[in-house]
Amino acid sequence: MKFGVIVFPGSNCDRDVAMVTQGLLGQPTRMVWHQDRDIDDLDVIVVPGGFSYGDYLRCGAIARFSPAMQATLDHAQKGKWVLGICNGFQVLTEMGLLPGALVRNRDLHFVCDRVSVRVERSVQPWTQAYQPHQVITLPIAHGEGCYYADEATLNELETHQQVLFRYCNSAGELTPEANPNGSIHHIAGIRNRQGNVLGMMPHPERAADAMLGSTDGMNLFQGLLSTMLVSV
Amino acid sequence: MTQTYHARIYVTLRPSVLDPAGTAVQSGLKHLGYDNVEGVRIGKYVELTLQAGTAEEAEGQLDRMCDQLLANPVIENYRFELVDAIAPASVSK
Repeated sequence: MKFGVIVFPGSNCDRDVAMVTQGLLGQPTRMVWHQDRDIDDLDVIVVPGGFSYGDYLRCGAIARFSPAMQATLDHAQKGKWVLGICNGFQVLTEMGLLPGALVRNRDLHFVCDRVSVRVERSVQPWTQAYQPHQVITLPIAHGEGCYYADEATLNELETHQQVLFRYCNSAGELTPEANPNGSIHHIAGIRNRQGNVLGMMPHPERAADAMLGSTDGMNLFQGLLSTMLVSV
Repeated sequence: MTQTYHARIYVTLRPSVLDPAGTAVQSGLKHLGYDNVEGVRIGKYVELTLQAGTAEEAEGQLDRMCDQLLANPVIENYRFELVDAIAPASVSK
């Protein structure tokens, strides 16, 4: 399975992703500069965390017009995998690949922490290596991570089981105190209707190496890989 | 023949979207003694200058600019005023 990691001016989690996909999982991975368009050889595009183009105007607003993201749009429309993490999630909502938007955190602070996240359901490929309602701990680091969508969009998301991760307490309960940024319905990560695009604010790539204290995020990448093994 | 137009663009959060920064400013005003402030919403203001054949053409372009980039229609509304640089006449949208 071949991974591509988009690199914008201002990306800062791109190498963390490559460290997981290439360094730990041994999968071919190449960095895709934001001006590149040729991504036909790639199976998975990861849009990493950071502050693309300085996040001027709105987070992800300018990144969506880059050649690499226009190519990613085609990639997604072919049904291939796209994973947006943190700033990557913001970019995917800005370009309409995922519904809703990410706005300023409820308490205005940039939150850099480890939080409990409930895996809502076990679906291919993203969460198949987790148990439904499994509570995991993942790092978050964002100032604009409060998920917002209007009622109709929320109903659609819930009806079609598109919410894959929610902020919770260590017992898996959705309490207001366990919601770090005020996200509506405690939403931390969603997939598109088709299921090939996932966006999430928590950083699974920063919780994939035991040497760094946690491997709770590794199952996400391993789930992706096992999908590939099945389909080959 | 093209004309020079100035545009003043106002981008505001939709009423249904919470504005924690506005709430913080409201509480700051309250600390200063302005108890009568009932609500604060913070938006963005953009000024730009463009060349266009007619005011209608400029407005059409501004609409597209706002939809595509300057505002995110999921969370924001926008409106703009167009001022003809030669014969100032305000067009509100």
